[in-house]
Amino acid sequence: MTEPVDADAASALARLVRSEGRAVVATLTRQLGDLGRAEDAVQEAALQALEAWAHQGVPPNPRAWLLRTARHRAIDRIRREQARPDKESEAVRTLEREPDQPSDSVVHDDLLRLVFTCCHPALAPDVQVALSLRTLCGLTTVEVARAMLVGEAAMAKRLTRARQKIAVAAIPYRVPPDHELPDRLATVATTVYLVFNEGYAATAGDDHLRTSLCEEAIRLARLLLDLLPGEPPLQGLLALMLLQHARSAVRIDAAGDVVLLADQDRSRWDPAAIQEGVVLVGEGLRRTPGRPDPFVVQAAIAACHDLAPTYADTDWAAVVSWYDVLLTVQDTPVVRLNRAAAIAERDDPEVALALLDELTGLERYPFWHASRAELLARLARAAEAADAARTALALDVSTPLARRLQRLAGAGPDRA
Amino acid sequence: MPQYAALIYSRDVDWSQPEFAADTAEYGAFGQSAAAIIRGGAALYPTATATTVRVHGGKGGDVVTTDGPYAETKEALTGFYLLECDDLDHAIATAAQIPGSWDGAVEVRPVIPMMG
Repeated sequence: MTEPVDADAASALARLVRSEGRAVVATLTRQLGDLGRAEDAVQEAALQALEAWAHQGVPPNPRAWLLRTARHRAIDRIRREQARPDKESEAVRTLEREPDQPSDSVVHDDLLRLVFTCCHPALAPDVQVALSLRTLCGLTTVEVARAMLVGEAAMAKRLTRARQKIAVAAIPYRVPPDHELPDRLATVATTVYLVFNEGYAATAGDDHLRTSLCEEAIRLARLLLDLLPGEPPLQGLLALMLLQHARSAVRIDAAGDVVLLADQDRSRWDPAAIQEGVVLVGEGLRRTPGRPDPFVVQAAIAACHDLAPTYADTDWAAVVSWYDVLLTVQDTPVVRLNRAAAIAERDDPEVALALLDELTGLERYPFWHASRAELLARLARAAEAADAARTALALDVSTPLARRLQRLAGAGPDRA
Repeated sequence: MPQYAALIYSRDVDWSQPEFAADTAEYGAFGQSAAAIIRGGAALYPTATATTVRVHGGKGGDVVTTDGPYAETKEALTGFYLLECDDLDHAIATAAQIPGSWDGAVEVRPVIPMMG
């Protein structure tokens, strides 16, 4: 593929196969009762599709083509394997009776079942993330391994074990009943946000795959919101990711270092993403007048930053108020730390420092020490600031923050 | 329907003693409410009564016994149920009714079906 037109066509084809493939995995998993088997069959069908469609053109109903082909692959494989338990031959009979073109509403439900299975709370969070990337986003095992900074063999083993647990422990393939839905939806949203953070935390600018995880997570959240329209956690999740991703063009500098919010060129933030995020925050808040969803509130805070023309013009009073709201639904030391940082901007560093010093359990958290260093420096308590900066540096911090901390650490007396 | 072992890890005490009558009654209540899906189970004497058996040199080899449980842990295996459930969600919901789940923890493990 040297011609750019061909390359475009090939990638359009790959995208089509990937997005239709996901729906086919969902339907075939229900029909087969086995996620691993369904994925293997769909992968074979997808390879066949890429080859056939490139030469003969895309069939009128690509999903039906993929489902039919994947089903034949699955039946072939089941028949090849000898001494199948009864359940499997039953699966073949069921498969042969299933329609080639399940209705949109059936596919819709199948996709939801797949989401809730991949994000089942009986699976560890990193396993949920890996399964989501592999099964819901359609990344290859190699891509998932690279994205999560795990060796290929280790990732393959992790995915195999996950599918085995789903099968033998009988993790159900269904949409949870209404009374369980809020909790289960929160798990799904958290998993998608973990996918986003895998990409967001990546600072190596050349590793395109890791940063593209942000886009995968956003696509996934859009799919979820399509499947469960108007669900506040999903509105908040999508809004939060859009509002953070809106800054992606200037969040990393040419050297690959993170640029702090105060130093970013705001004219290069993505106004369309910000607008979409702000609208979603509004909808999410309207739907949860009693008890706001934590994702919606975090998105509201991100919106305050995104809507401020400069760092100095940030509406810190609004930011602090949103943190107050967030504390009512998610009271964690990290939320309290972030609130204190906003108080420092709204009021003065002394009040904020007192709030920081009240917090416990953050001794291993570098940002707590970094924030203390920053506030102490502002209060002209250079020696204490240097101590706090050195403690932060001894933990794991990003390069630009480390540079800033080194300046603060150098301002005080040397320890030696 | 899949079967699960619900392995109860809790205080390593002698549940047969009268001082634990209230706890035992709680288990009795669970046993009645879940009778339809309980396929077996037992409460165990404390790990002080356990003997661990190993055969060295393969089947028929030297039998070596040690006084005590296989693994020393703060919370010990104190009992188990064999449950037949619709799926893992059903098994988790059931395990959450076992007193051991608030007195310690309950490990839910799928059982390999017997073939033939």
